[in-house]
Amino acid sequence: MADTLLNTALRGRRDRARQFLDRFTPVLLSLGVFVGVAAVTSLLFTVISTGWHRLSWNLLFGYPSANPQIAGMRSAFLGSFWTVGLSALVSIPLGVASALYLAEWSQHRRLRRFIEFNIANLAGVPSIIFGLVGLSLLTYGLGLGRSIIAGAFTLGIMTLPLVTVSAVEAIKSIPEALKQGAYALGATKLQVTRYIILPRAVPMMMTGAILAISRAIGEAAPILVISGLLFIRTDPTSIFDRFTVMPLQIFNWVSRPQQAFQELSSAAIIVLLAMLMMLNAAAIVIRYRYQRRVML
Amino acid sequence: MRNRTKAVSTSVVGGVVAALVVGLVMGLIAGPALLGTGQLQVSTVTSTVTSTVTVGGTQTAVELVGDIEVDGSSTVYPITEAAAEEFMNLHKKVTISVGISGTGGGFKRFVIGETDINDASRPILKAEADTAASNGVEWIEVPVAIDALVVVVHPSNNWVDCITISELREIWKPDSTVKMWSDIRPEWPREPIKLYGPGPDSGTFDYFTEKVVGKTKDSRTDYVASEDDNVLVAGVESDRLSLGYFGFAYYSEAKDRIKVLKVRDDAVGGECIQPSDDTASTFVYPLSRPLFIYVNKKSWDTKPHLREFVMYYVENGAKLAKKVAYTPFPDHYYQKAAALLKAGITTGLYELTTLKNRNAGPH
Repeated sequence: MADTLLNTALRGRRDRARQFLDRFTPVLLSLGVFVGVAAVTSLLFTVISTGWHRLSWNLLFGYPSANPQIAGMRSAFLGSFWTVGLSALVSIPLGVASALYLAEWSQHRRLRRFIEFNIANLAGVPSIIFGLVGLSLLTYGLGLGRSIIAGAFTLGIMTLPLVTVSAVEAIKSIPEALKQGAYALGATKLQVTRYIILPRAVPMMMTGAILAISRAIGEAAPILVISGLLFIRTDPTSIFDRFTVMPLQIFNWVSRPQQAFQELSSAAIIVLLAMLMMLNAAAIVIRYRYQRRVML
Repeated sequence: MRNRTKAVSTSVVGGVVAALVVGLVMGLIAGPALLGTGQLQVSTVTSTVTSTVTVGGTQTAVELVGDIEVDGSSTVYPITEAAAEEFMNLHKKVTISVGISGTGGGFKRFVIGETDINDASRPILKAEADTAASNGVEWIEVPVAIDALVVVVHPSNNWVDCITISELREIWKPDSTVKMWSDIRPEWPREPIKLYGPGPDSGTFDYFTEKVVGKTKDSRTDYVASEDDNVLVAGVESDRLSLGYFGFAYYSEAKDRIKVLKVRDDAVGGECIQPSDDTASTFVYPLSRPLFIYVNKKSWDTKPHLREFVMYYVENGAKLAKKVAYTPFPDHYYQKAAALLKAGITTGLYELTTLKNRNAGPH
C-alpha cells in the first residue's frame, strides 16, 4: 500500500518535470527563431530608415562621383549584371553536366564518392580563396587581366558546387520506376536523360542555380581581389573590360567619412537586397510549380 | 494518359525556360535603352559642372584620347576620384579607372609597370624603389595634399586636453604597460583606458606607428582595431574612457560627437598644437603627413592625356583636397609644382613642400 503511494508520488513529480520541460522547450526553440528574425528586422530597419530617401534612378544609372549628391552605381550595377550573368553561363552547364555524370552516368562507384566528397568540400572553401586562385590562374596565368571574364569564371567556379549538389539532388529525386520503364521500352541512356530525367529535374536544378546566382551577386571578397577597382565611369562593352560590382561600391561608400555617402550605401544595400529577394522569390515560385506538378 | 502527363510537364518546363529566355532577351534589349535615358539625365547634370570648371581650368585644343590606370591607397582615393571625375567631364574620351589596393598593394603593381599612377599615403620604400629600378620603371613623385591624424577621446573626458608624442608612444608601443589612465599621468583617473585604432593593413597605422612608436607596424595589439574609421568614430563616441586615432576627415564629420586632443611634440620642445587645416598644411601639427601620387615616367613621356591629367590634378589640387575634406598644401606649392611640370621638370616636387616639414617621414 505504502509502496504504491510512494510510486504515485514519484511518478507525479516526474510527470510534472516532464510537463515543465514540455512547456519550456517551445520557448527555447522559439528563442532561436526570435534571434534570427530580430537580427534581420533590425538590419532591414536600419538600412531602410537611413537609405530610403536616397533611392532614386540616379543611384542605379548615375556614374560614381566624389559628390555624394550625384553619385550613382551605374558601373557597379552593370558590372554585377555582366559578371554574374556570365558566371551563370559557366556554372549552370558545368554543374548540370557534372551532376548528370555523378548521378546517372558514372559506373565507377569509388571515383564518384571521391568526387562528391570533394565537391562538398569545395562548397565550404572561403570565397576569398577562389578570388586568389582566380587572380593567379586567370588574371596572371592565362593573361586574362583584371577583366569581366576573369571575375565571371571565378564566381562561376565558386558557385559550381552549389549548382552541382542541388542538381544531383534533383536527379536523385526522380522515381526509379520512371527510368526503368523507359529502359524497358528500349530507350537508350541518352534518351532517358533527355526525355525522362531532364524535364523533371530542371525546375529543382533551376532553384539551385538561382540560389547560386544570388550568392554570386552578394559576393565582394573574390571580386575585390580580382578587380580591386572602384572608380570607373565607362560601361562595359566586352568581356575583357575592367569592371566593378555592387558589393564593392557599397563597401567603398560605407568607409567614407561623409554622412551622405553612408546614406547612399544604405540605399545601395536596399537595391541589392531587393534584387536578392526577387531572385529568391523566383526560386520559390519555380519550386512551388514543380511541387504542384508532381501531384498531377 | 501517361504520355499526356509527360507532354504537359515537358511543356510546362519548356514554358518556364522560354519565359526566362524571353525575359533575359527583353532585359538585354530594354536595359541599355533604360540606361540610355539614365545617362541623359546624368549628362545634363555633369555638363553644368563642366561649364563651371572650364572657366578656370585647362582647355586644350587637341582632343585627348586614352586610358589611365590608377591604383593604390584608400586614403588618397577620394582626391583622385574627384580629380578623375572632373577631368573626364572635360575630356570625354579619356578613361580613368581608380582602384584601392592600399599603398603597398598598389606599389606592387606600380613597380612592375602594371599601373600608370599609384596613390600613396607614404613615400615609396627603398625596397619598392629597388624593384622598380630592376624592372626599368622610373617614376615621378607628386605630393598632392596633406592628411592629419587626430587623437580623440570621449566628449565627457575632462582631464586631458593635450598629449605629448612620448606619452602616445608609451601608450601604443608593443608590450606597453599602460592599462589605466593614471599610468600615463598620475593625476589622471585610476580607470582603465580603452584604445581604438586602425588595423595593420591601413596606411594610417603605418604612419602612426612610424611617427609615434618609431618603427613601422610596431604597435601593441590589445586594442579595438578596424580598417573602417567610421567604426572607430562610433567606438570612441560610445566609450567614456576611450582614446583613439584616425584620419582628420573622419573627425571633421563628427566634430560634435568626439573631442580632439592637442598634440605636443616634446622631442623638439614643441607646443600643444590643435589640429586644423592651417597647422596641418604648414606641418606645425606633429601628426600631419603628405599624400602623393606616383606617376610612371614612361606613361608620362608617351601619353599626352596622362600628362594633362597630372597637371590638372596639381593645378586644382587645393580645390580637390578641400572638396573631400582633406588639407591642401599652401597655394604657392600647387602653382610652383604645376609650373615645373609644365616646363617638363619632373623632379624636386617634394622639396617644394618642405616648409618646416620635419614630419614627412623617411624620404
